[in-house]
Amino acid sequence: MKLNERSLAFYATCDSPADNTGFLYKRGERHTAYHRRWFVLKGNMLFYFEERESREPVGVIVLEGCTVELCDSAEEFAFAIRFGGTKSRTYVLAAESQAAMESWVKSLSRASFDYMRLVVRELEKQLEEMRWGPAAGCGGCWQSPGSWKPKPLGPERSPERLPALPAVLPKENGCAVWNNAPGADQPPDTSSCGGHDGEGNPRPPPLPPRRRASSSEAGGTRAAVAESPSTFCRLHEQYGREVARLRQDWLEKRRGLRL
Amino acid sequence: MRYNERELLSLARQPAEKAAEILMRVPKKGSVLKKRLVKLVVNFLFYFRTDEAEPIGALLLEHCRITKEEENVFSISFIEEPERKYCFECDSEEQCQEWIEALKRASYEFMRRSLIFYRNEIQKMTGKVSPLESCCQVVPGGFGQEQGLVLS
Repeated sequence: MKLNERSLAFYATCDSPADNTGFLYKRGERHTAYHRRWFVLKGNMLFYFEERESREPVGVIVLEGCTVELCDSAEEFAFAIRFGGTKSRTYVLAAESQAAMESWVKSLSRASFDYMRLVVRELEKQLEEMRWGPAAGCGGCWQSPGSWKPKPLGPERSPERLPALPAVLPKENGCAVWNNAPGADQPPDTSSCGGHDGEGNPRPPPLPPRRRASSSEAGGTRAAVAESPSTFCRLHEQYGREVARLRQDWLEKRRGLRL
Repeated sequence: MRYNERELLSLARQPAEKAAEILMRVPKKGSVLKKRLVKLVVNFLFYFRTDEAEPIGALLLEHCRITKEEENVFSISFIEEPERKYCFECDSEEQCQEWIEALKRASYEFMRRSLIFYRNEIQKMTGKVSPLESCCQVVPGGFGQEQGLVLS
């Protein structure tokens, strides 16, 4: 199968930021000797170079669908990248310190496109719920304020979002504790973000209180939005002031907690 | 460059974001439009001969440019070689636009930018970092670290 190798090599070596880099020992396929290689993780592609200064990678491991595990190996700080399937090769790697090993295991566990996509969709949903309440995503006339390229999927395109989810749930990618379904439990190492309820599930950020547009009754807010952009701007400003106040309260409380 | 072909072949068999029979031309001298089964899975575009189970090739869709060419036609090229174009001729202008939209969104880097965008929007509204995004690579080099709150 052909691959656009030149573009791959360019992607590996260009100055776009990498998710992790460092020396790792890679166990050979046929011979069990370890070779020290310079590794560069970008997205779901793990490139490896003979030397740090090499202009082209020796190879790349496509990480989609992999799991990352700690390894029982004579080698210290070893971990493995495994794929499903009977004849798949397992890549055994070893770091040079405990900290490096942990950092690699963490970043490799999160490296799949599928996982990233789930997180983005979840954030998108959170943002919509914050702006327009839990029933968000079904209003017709919401426009994304401000310019942003590329264009995010707004509610007018929400019917497209669901079919775009893979028909098969994303494979488990990561240490055994990870569950990649949206809205699932937090991974064990999210620490002091705050806003967790007793079970460790994130509390959603406070919704701005519903306001009545001056000229309409309850429930008219959405109709008001549909009417004109200036109504939207007014509401946006009202909510904005409310949010700014809430934020101020929260910041003060947080500072108070720190003392 | 060595790569784990078996896993890539397995990826090519996954359910696609988008798949269609499209006329395709590779950027090789003398090459002509040929009917191919084109399949978008995560950030890879696989292309098959229409009656074969294994793809002829795969394109990693990072740092690429999707361009509308003439009617029904779009092309994919890569930053470092912008003149080397993979051309695709669709059945309709509508199909052409759909593919352009889907391919533009099909890179890991695009999703990273989306994530940063949503994170910033949420932070603006609440002053808080969503707990969700501390568990993924947002800004490279920031993996596993808390994204600092902007305390103004």
